[in-house]
Amino acid sequence: MVELLQDKDRIFTNLFGHHSPGLDAAQQRGAWNGTKDMLDMGRDWIIDQMKASGLRGRGGAGFPTGLKWSFMPKEVGARPHYLVVNADESEPGTCKDREIMRHDPHLLIEGCLIASFAMQAHACYIYLRGEYVTERLAMEKAVKEAYEAKLIGEKNVHGWPFHVYIHHGAGAYICGEETALLESLEGKKGQPRLKPPFPANAGLYGCPTTVNNVESIAVAGTILRRGAEWFASFGRERNVGTKIFSISGHVNNPCNVEEVMSIPMRTLIETHAGGVRGGWDNVKAVIPGGSSVSLLPKDICDDVLMDFDALSAHKSGLGTAAVIVMDKSTDVVKAIARISYFYRHESCGQCTPCREGTGWMWRVLTRMAAGESTIEEIDMLLDVAGQVEGHTICALGDAAAWPVQGLIRHFRSEIEERINNYREGKPVFVSQAVAAE
Amino acid sequence: MSVRRLAKEQPESFAFNKKSEDEIKFWLAKYPESKKASAVIPMLWIAQKQEGWVCEPAIRDIADRLSMPYIRVFEVATFYTMFNLAPVGENLVQVCGTTPCMLRGSEDLMSVCKKRIGKQHEMSEDGKFTWVEVECMGACANAPMIQLANKDGDHYIEDLDAETFEKLLDDLAAGKKVEFGPQSERNASEPHGTKVLSDPSLYDGSRAKKIKLPNTEKAEG
Repeated sequence: MVELLQDKDRIFTNLFGHHSPGLDAAQQRGAWNGTKDMLDMGRDWIIDQMKASGLRGRGGAGFPTGLKWSFMPKEVGARPHYLVVNADESEPGTCKDREIMRHDPHLLIEGCLIASFAMQAHACYIYLRGEYVTERLAMEKAVKEAYEAKLIGEKNVHGWPFHVYIHHGAGAYICGEETALLESLEGKKGQPRLKPPFPANAGLYGCPTTVNNVESIAVAGTILRRGAEWFASFGRERNVGTKIFSISGHVNNPCNVEEVMSIPMRTLIETHAGGVRGGWDNVKAVIPGGSSVSLLPKDICDDVLMDFDALSAHKSGLGTAAVIVMDKSTDVVKAIARISYFYRHESCGQCTPCREGTGWMWRVLTRMAAGESTIEEIDMLLDVAGQVEGHTICALGDAAAWPVQGLIRHFRSEIEERINNYREGKPVFVSQAVAAE
Repeated sequence: MSVRRLAKEQPESFAFNKKSEDEIKFWLAKYPESKKASAVIPMLWIAQKQEGWVCEPAIRDIADRLSMPYIRVFEVATFYTMFNLAPVGENLVQVCGTTPCMLRGSEDLMSVCKKRIGKQHEMSEDGKFTWVEVECMGACANAPMIQLANKDGDHYIEDLDAETFEKLLDDLAAGKKVEFGPQSERNASEPHGTKVLSDPSLYDGSRAKKIKLPNTEKAEG
C-alpha cells in the first residue's frame, strides 16, 4: 500500500484558499520562519541543501534546481544578477502555480529572496501570464505587504537588499519557454533565443539570469526549514519530494492536490479526484503531464507511477504533473487534434519546421478524426512529426510532435478503423456512453 | 502561429487618461531606465483597458514614450493574442476551447455563444457581447471556463455548463452583477468534500514558533 502524503507534510497549506493569503496568516502557517537564519548560513549551504533535497524543477523539464542555481557566476562582475520566476503557466492541463500565487504568495516571495541571495541577485522579476489578472493583483498585494513588513526592500530585516517586481505577458504560450520569456520581459515578441549562451551567462538584459518555475521557488523555504532529507524522504530515488498534481478531464472531482512523488496514477485519481467517471475500467487514455507529453492507454495507467523516470520509461513524461483523464466516451483522435490546433496557434513562427509542421499536423489529424484520410497518411504523419521534433530552436516543436506520436503509437488501430468506416459509409466514430456507476 | 492585423478603421488620435498615466508611472518604476521597453506589454494593456482595444495611434504613442521604433511595438501588439486589435462588445467572453476544457463541455458553451451572440470575433448587434475561443487559460481543474472582460475587470468564471452559462449571459445582458470564480459550491480547485488540509495544527500558530534549522551543525564545524 502506498503511503499518502499527510497534512503535516504538505508545503502548500493554503492551496485551496480556505484561509487568508495575507502576511499574518501566512506567517502563522510558517512562511518567513527562520529565513534570516537560512541566509546567515551562507549561499553555499543553501545551494548544497537544495542539491541534497533532490528537488527537480517543477516547470516541466525536471532539471535539478540546486544544480541550476550553482551555474550562476560565483562573482558578480559589471553585470547584475537576476532571478526570473516563470509564472507563465500555460501548458494545457496545468493550473497549479495559479493556486500558489493567489493563495500562498508569501511562500513564493520568501523563495525568491532565498534563491536570489544564493545567486547574488538583488532583483527578481515574476512573469505572470496576462490572463492571470486576479493572480497578478494578489501577488502585487503580497509584495506590498512584504515591503511594508521590511521582509524585502532596499533595507530589510534579512540584510540582503532585494526587490521583487511583478511583470505580465499578454497571451502567448511560448513565453513559458525561458528565453522567449526573457525576450518578452525585455519588451519584444516572445521568440526563443538560440542557446548557448545560456541565461546563466547572458539572460535578462544580457546579464546572468536564472529562470525557475513558481513551484520550484515556492518550496525552497520549507525545504530548508524542514531539512533536505525530509523532502528527499518522499518518492523514489531521483524522483523525490512532494508535488502539486492538477487532475482534469473525465474524473468525478477535478482538482489540484499536493501529493508525494511516485504515487501510482490510479491511487492519485481515485483518492483525490473521486475516481474516473464510470469507474476505473472506463479509462480510455490519460495524458500524465500536460498536453506536451504522450498519452498513455489504460493498461499502462493501471500501475504506472507518477514520476519522471517511470513515465519516461513509457515514452511519456511527468512534465508539469497535469493529469488529463479521458474516459471511453472520448474521441481520442479529436482530442489530440485539438492539442495540435493549440500548438499551431501558439507556434511563434520563428522556425519553419514548427510554423509549418504544426499546422500541417493539425490539418491531417482533423481529417483523420473524420476518417477522411488514407492508411498511408498515418505513417506520413509520423514521419512529419519526426521531422519537426528536434529541428527547432526551442522545445515547442518537440511538444507538438510528442502527442501526435503517442496517439499513433497507442491508437493506430482506431485511426485505421475510422478510415475504413468512412470508406464503407459506416458511422466514423460512435461515442461509448458513460457506463452507470 | 496566429496572423493578426490592425483594424481598418482607426481613430485620429489617442491619449492616456489620468488613471492610465498613474498606472504607467507604477509600471515604469519597475525597470531600469535604459530598459524601459520592458513596459511595452503593460502599457499596451493599460491602453486596452482604457479604450477596450488597441488602436494604431496608441501604438505610436507608446513607441514614442518608450523610445522604440513603431514597428517593434506593432510587432508586440500583433504577436500577443490578448490585445484586441478591433473594438469589442461591453462584455468580452473568452471561452477556453483547449482539450481539458473540451473534454468537459466547452463545445456546448461555444454553441450557446453562437446561438446567443453570433459569429466569433463579431460584436453582437446591441454592442453588449463579443465572444472568442481562446487557448488554455490555466484553470483546467475548473473546466469548462471562460474569462469575462468588462468594466468590472478581468475575471475567470469556472465550473460552467451550458445551462449556467446561459443564465450568466442573461444576467450580463440585463446589466446584473454576476458571480466570478467557480459556479459550483467550490471555493477554488479543491476536490469536493476533501479531507485534505483539515489538520488544525497547520493553522494554530505552532508553525510560527521559533525553530532551529536542520543540517546547520556540520556546516559550522
